[in-house]
Amino acid sequence: MDPQTGAGARTQADGIPDGGYAALPPDPRATLPPVRRWLPILGYHARVFRRVWRGVVYSRLGSPLLALLAVGWGVGLLVDRGGRGGVPWHGVTLPYAVFVVPAILASTAMMTGFGESSWPVLAAIKWQGTYHAMLATPMRTRDILAGHVAQVGWQLAAGAAAIVALAAPFGVWHSWWVLAAVPVATLTGLGFATVMTAVAARSETEGWFTAIFRVVATPLMLFSGTYFPIESLPTMLQPLAWATPLWHGVEACRAFATGLVDVGAVLGHVAALVGFCAVGVAWSARELHRRLVR
Amino acid sequence: MSARVASLSRVTARADADSPPALIEASALTKRFGDFTAVDAIDVQVHAGESFGFLGPNGAGKSSTMRMIAAVSPVTSGTLRIFGLDPATHGPDIRSALGVVPQKDTLDEELTVEENLWIYGRYFGLSWAECRRRTVELLDFAQLSERASDKVEPLSGGMKRRLTIARSLINEPRILLLDEPTTGLDPQARHVLWDRLFRLKRQGVTLVVTTHYMDEAEQLCDRLVVMDHGRIVAEGSPRALIEQHATREVLELRFADEDSAVHLPSVEGLGERVEVLPDRLLVYADDGDGALAAAHARGVEPLSALVRRASLEDVFLHLTGRTLVD
Repeated sequence: MDPQTGAGARTQADGIPDGGYAALPPDPRATLPPVRRWLPILGYHARVFRRVWRGVVYSRLGSPLLALLAVGWGVGLLVDRGGRGGVPWHGVTLPYAVFVVPAILASTAMMTGFGESSWPVLAAIKWQGTYHAMLATPMRTRDILAGHVAQVGWQLAAGAAAIVALAAPFGVWHSWWVLAAVPVATLTGLGFATVMTAVAARSETEGWFTAIFRVVATPLMLFSGTYFPIESLPTMLQPLAWATPLWHGVEACRAFATGLVDVGAVLGHVAALVGFCAVGVAWSARELHRRLVR
Repeated sequence: MSARVASLSRVTARADADSPPALIEASALTKRFGDFTAVDAIDVQVHAGESFGFLGPNGAGKSSTMRMIAAVSPVTSGTLRIFGLDPATHGPDIRSALGVVPQKDTLDEELTVEENLWIYGRYFGLSWAECRRRTVELLDFAQLSERASDKVEPLSGGMKRRLTIARSLINEPRILLLDEPTTGLDPQARHVLWDRLFRLKRQGVTLVVTTHYMDEAEQLCDRLVVMDHGRIVAEGSPRALIEQHATREVLELRFADEDSAVHLPSVEGLGERVEVLPDRLLVYADDGDGALAAAHARGVEPLSALVRRASLEDVFLHLTGRTLVD
């Protein structure tokens, strides 16, 4: 508290210990307890978002909407007129739009996860020094990571919710269970976001990011059961799809969107996504610490 | 701010009376990156209310030392205590009472001037109301009140630097660490900044400064160490160091020849000693004008001659054989 004005919420006057400087340890300051310490970092991200949200909304919702129209409706016309009248999926035949739009939901989350954790993280480490500024305060690398994950998480959730709402008038959701696809898509995105954070923390240049978008993101987008069932892949390639978070995200989103929920399978997919996130968090925590604290 | 200032100086005065334990205490402090030893077993003590400097050329280990003191870089060996605490185990506690002005500004250019301060205060766990209150005071101190709601990006280098200093004060730190505070600023901006730092110093804030500018060290530091290749090569007040390692005045002689060393024999003995730089000879003598007259009497004809007071630059040159700024 300020002794003259009586204002403020400090735990101790002027930050000076009662015994003067002879009392060596820092006076108890108003530092947040460790479990909540990261919250102001989320506050920082929210404030930056407030400056740029228009551009973000256009780019985040624009491309999934275009995909919905071009693929769901355009390609869907061809597929649904074909011999089988739709796409076979776990013993049922789905209209193509119903099959593909949940996958667009999941793969958009993947792209958002990649995007939010590549350039922005390297910028905060290297170009702008944002993370170094944070570390000069009571923040620790784990608080920085928690704040980052929370900010990517809420952006993913908001994006997925918006896509669910925008796609609803097209009649592609067959069940109210689709609301559960929002957290599933968020988890899918976070799996990629956390791994990408670790990659960014290891990067000296941005060269890696373009490579990862080309070599990892695009093939995943095409071959994870998004646009066609992985049963159409050569048998030997199918296990590869199982190893990617995107396939699990797509399958779980599709189950919720159609209402054809096989509880065991969905729990398995969610467990896999949680596992990917856990690995991503552990790895990125390690890499961030190694990069920033040296 | 004024309330804080009053009690800070009160405490400092009391602390001076019965020589307090050091705020920063390093012994055999060492930092290695792989095979490279950036800081090589240095011993440093900084007391409350002091302005302490690390002077040395780029790569001398000043910034590595600062990062260890800032509790963001692990100590390789030796001991380091800040407020009596070990940064390895009490990093956040130490940092809660430090202000850090890094070499490169790490402001958020997308945000406004005041937002930068609010957000930073929040990292220290301050309430919004407290952040706002201190922001008003600090912007006034940094002479940035009129730019409060402007974005940071278009500000001048000097303004950004002052904002960084304001930001580092948001938690009312007990020690302010400044790494190369005026590097890259034009002379006028440097003087404005020095004026602000001088006010802080007068208010009793403990300053720790790294610099490779000897004029900055002379302006700001009560006591400093000269660093070279990760080691401390000298320690003392600027005046004591100059008295110890240089003469009162210096005669600088420039010649037309490519290599000024050929003129060395003809100026030998004019002062206590002579240093040879690529472009000039430095004759160390308590009476520079006398030395110049003696040189003229010997028939030495330089292109130009200059008599000046000895500075920390001369101290460094004497101790290391090199100049501070290449």
